[in-house]
Amino acid sequence: MSAVAGNHAAGIDAAHAGHGHDHHGGYHGAGGVMRWITTTNHKDIGTLYLWFSFIMFMVGGVMALAIRLELFQPGIQFFNPDLFNQFTTMHGLIMVFGAIMPAFVGFANWQIPMMIGAPDMAFARMNNWSFWILPFAASLLMLSFFVPGGAPGVGWTMYGPLTVQMGMGMDLTIFAVHLLGMSSIMGAINILTTILNMRAPGMTLMRMPLFCWTWLITAYLLVATMPVLAGAVTMTLTDRHFGTSFFNAAGGGDPVLYQHIFWFFGHPEVYIIALPAFGVISQVIPAFSRKPLFGYASMVYATTTIAILSFIVWAHHMYTVGMPVAGQLFFLYTTTLIAVPTGVKVFNWVATMWKGSLSFETPMLFAIGFLFLFTLGGFTGLVLSLVPIDIQLHDTYYVVAHFHYVMVAGALFAAFAGVYFWLPKWTGRMYDEKLGQIHFWLTMIFFNVTFFVQHFAGLAGMPRRIPDYPLMFETWNQISSIGAFGFGLSQLLFLYIVLKTIRSGEKAPERPWEGADSIDWTMLPTPAPYHTFETSPVLK
Amino acid sequence: MKSGKPARSIATWAIALLAAFYGIAFSAQALALEWNLQPAGSKLAAEIHSLHEYVMILCTAIFVGVFGFMFWACYAHRKSKGHKAAHFHENTTVEFLWTVIPMFILVIIAWPVTKTVIAQKDTSNADITVKVTGYQWKWGYDYLKGEGEGISFISTLSTPREQIEGRAPKGEHYLLEVDNEMVVPIGKKVRVLTTAADVIHSWWMPVFGAKQDAIPGFIRDLWFKAEKTGTFRSQCVELCGKEHGFMPIVVKVVSQDEYRKWVGDKMKLIAAAADDPNKQYPLDDLKRRGEQVYAKNCVVCHQATGKGAPPAFPPLDGSKMVVGPKEKQIETLLNGVVKDGTPTAMAAFGKHLNDVELAAVITFTRNNWGNRTGEAVQPADVKALRK
Repeated sequence: MSAVAGNHAAGIDAAHAGHGHDHHGGYHGAGGVMRWITTTNHKDIGTLYLWFSFIMFMVGGVMALAIRLELFQPGIQFFNPDLFNQFTTMHGLIMVFGAIMPAFVGFANWQIPMMIGAPDMAFARMNNWSFWILPFAASLLMLSFFVPGGAPGVGWTMYGPLTVQMGMGMDLTIFAVHLLGMSSIMGAINILTTILNMRAPGMTLMRMPLFCWTWLITAYLLVATMPVLAGAVTMTLTDRHFGTSFFNAAGGGDPVLYQHIFWFFGHPEVYIIALPAFGVISQVIPAFSRKPLFGYASMVYATTTIAILSFIVWAHHMYTVGMPVAGQLFFLYTTTLIAVPTGVKVFNWVATMWKGSLSFETPMLFAIGFLFLFTLGGFTGLVLSLVPIDIQLHDTYYVVAHFHYVMVAGALFAAFAGVYFWLPKWTGRMYDEKLGQIHFWLTMIFFNVTFFVQHFAGLAGMPRRIPDYPLMFETWNQISSIGAFGFGLSQLLFLYIVLKTIRSGEKAPERPWEGADSIDWTMLPTPAPYHTFETSPVLK
Repeated sequence: MKSGKPARSIATWAIALLAAFYGIAFSAQALALEWNLQPAGSKLAAEIHSLHEYVMILCTAIFVGVFGFMFWACYAHRKSKGHKAAHFHENTTVEFLWTVIPMFILVIIAWPVTKTVIAQKDTSNADITVKVTGYQWKWGYDYLKGEGEGISFISTLSTPREQIEGRAPKGEHYLLEVDNEMVVPIGKKVRVLTTAADVIHSWWMPVFGAKQDAIPGFIRDLWFKAEKTGTFRSQCVELCGKEHGFMPIVVKVVSQDEYRKWVGDKMKLIAAAADDPNKQYPLDDLKRRGEQVYAKNCVVCHQATGKGAPPAFPPLDGSKMVVGPKEKQIETLLNGVVKDGTPTAMAAFGKHLNDVELAAVITFTRNNWGNRTGEAVQPADVKALRK
């Protein structure tokens, strides 16, 4: 992405000469690979995060395709059940910790300083470190496939005591989770400090673009919950090697304790992934509706409410462990309550579009796709929150379908919307609109072919995480596998579009989106120079 | 920015997409594909199904309403049609309404759900209690209480390996068939206790709306009351290692008469396999059995070497009692050793072990290590000395 640095001079015109960043806006550090290893620039680090997450998305995607290949037909054809379990585990861990989370940290790095009028992130060196931990963590995860016993086949949730039976791949995974957690916590502290201390004069909290708000709240969630996950996997580690019995009933422990700890992290984690996605969508929809975001304040309150509620709903992932009836009812009520602030957000987005002046470029298409499918995933979430129905559907493909609607049609669609939306700002070049729209429709159609039918398989009784299945589920699985390969291949088009934009995209106009009015669009040239807002902008 | 075409295409595509969803659902029904919850086999399951339908109708109505607005905006308020953006961006009244109305809807949903949750948790007053134990990778069934008490068996996948590996055509109940089915009578409240021996498993019978994790070291429970006869099939639903996909659950619901007959047949089998105290056993059989009994009951104190740990636990190897007349040893094992009115570490095993087990372990000690009596103590000898 050297175009980012190379093109900045061309993008500055007379209108921006007064901002004082054109004289020394360029990159003057080390060249080649060393630039990327030593960089402390938020834009470079944002770029690193985004490319890293895309590579992980491809790696996790190949594992998903391996899973769908095996499930195309009943019977064991390609992978033995052990390897199949390793794929499901690693697919989940890589997509959650390697692809989705770093993608949104990448957006945060690029956008937050530019959106609040700060010159960089608060802790620039720590920022470098929090990125460069990731490749090592990912290597540990991948290495686990090649040690005796292979990668752990326990599912991304890593429930004990099954974890005790695994080979040393489990230990590598535990250390990888530790590293990923450290990276996330450092990133979160950086974002918190930047937002709370480095806003330009006049940029009050309630004037920040909503993307900054959702990240502020997400960063709190990360700081609060990643240590909890670290604790859970550390207890797993000592149960494995040092004779403790945290999750072993024979030694006075409790296997269900692990699940409580894991989901105390795991449910806020869902919002760690979803809230920044909400933030991106809250920038894109107003821009292409040419109308300010409806109910800005209520969006902030709704986001905060979701974050607080996310700490008291965790056991809805565990309705079948045998909780007392009072416990089931408590988690039932708190969980359904989350539908209220989430509904407020959806209503606000629709109200933003209402009586706007809408156009449907690729970012908007992905945002509408997000809104439509994420809401569908929200409704299946409501269905799953109802204890008796969940007891029928828990650990079936219905759950798999549900969380892919939230994670893929939710987070991933928002990430695509964000890339198409901000790519002109970052590179100074426009993506190919026609190809972008083709990418959207292919993604939209194949996503639904893959995952919509999984609701039916789950309702009919197909358990998740099985390498082989009874004959009655064959048709659904065949449709789903065809969809998955279509979905996977469509993402190569995305790679092509991004590379084409960087290398030979048309020069972007200064304001490619007339409706986008945050200060990164209105006060900075396109493409954004290497250093921005070295002197604070003045906001009235 | 040209956006006339995309706007039209988005409406067309949205309609096409919806049509596709419903197309799939309806053709699934036409093709007799399984696409909804399995037909209910109990009142509780029927309740769950109607709850599901109720919630789905509510959700669909809200979904269509909200996205009706959105797609209308996409159609009518697009820039390509020349629509000018309005500038409103706040309205406390609508914010209040769309916070309060969903809350009200949630209460309407939560009320019937709460009643079902409470009913589902009520495992009291069961007619039959069965303990189900998850093993890697099979299920164990123990009938603990009610008609059939004492029945115990292991239930394992019976689909041949050739079918799984594609070397033989797959049968109708591929992966959903077992060697021993759980049998229950119709119309009786069955309480299932779940536990596991190694890792967490999960026992599920969808037709009864019954699912409960089987957790090692803990006992959890569920209940069902079958309302139709037949054979019902399902699988383990908690990832439990390599063969997780290959441990099916099969429940056969039969009439009361058939159940009585099944219990009778099972009991006869149990009786046939039980120890017979009136039989004469050969020396080697007794020794072999005795070694197992010794390992379970004696080895901790008297040690595998028979040397014991004196003075508290005397050696058996070369012991005067063990190589002397058998009656004294039989009495010691039956009644334990009492010194000055206080029981010693040598406990009375008469209540815990049956005649065959006692005869076997005594024979074992008399013909092991350096002890070479060559004598087989028979169950009848033990029986004669019981008080």
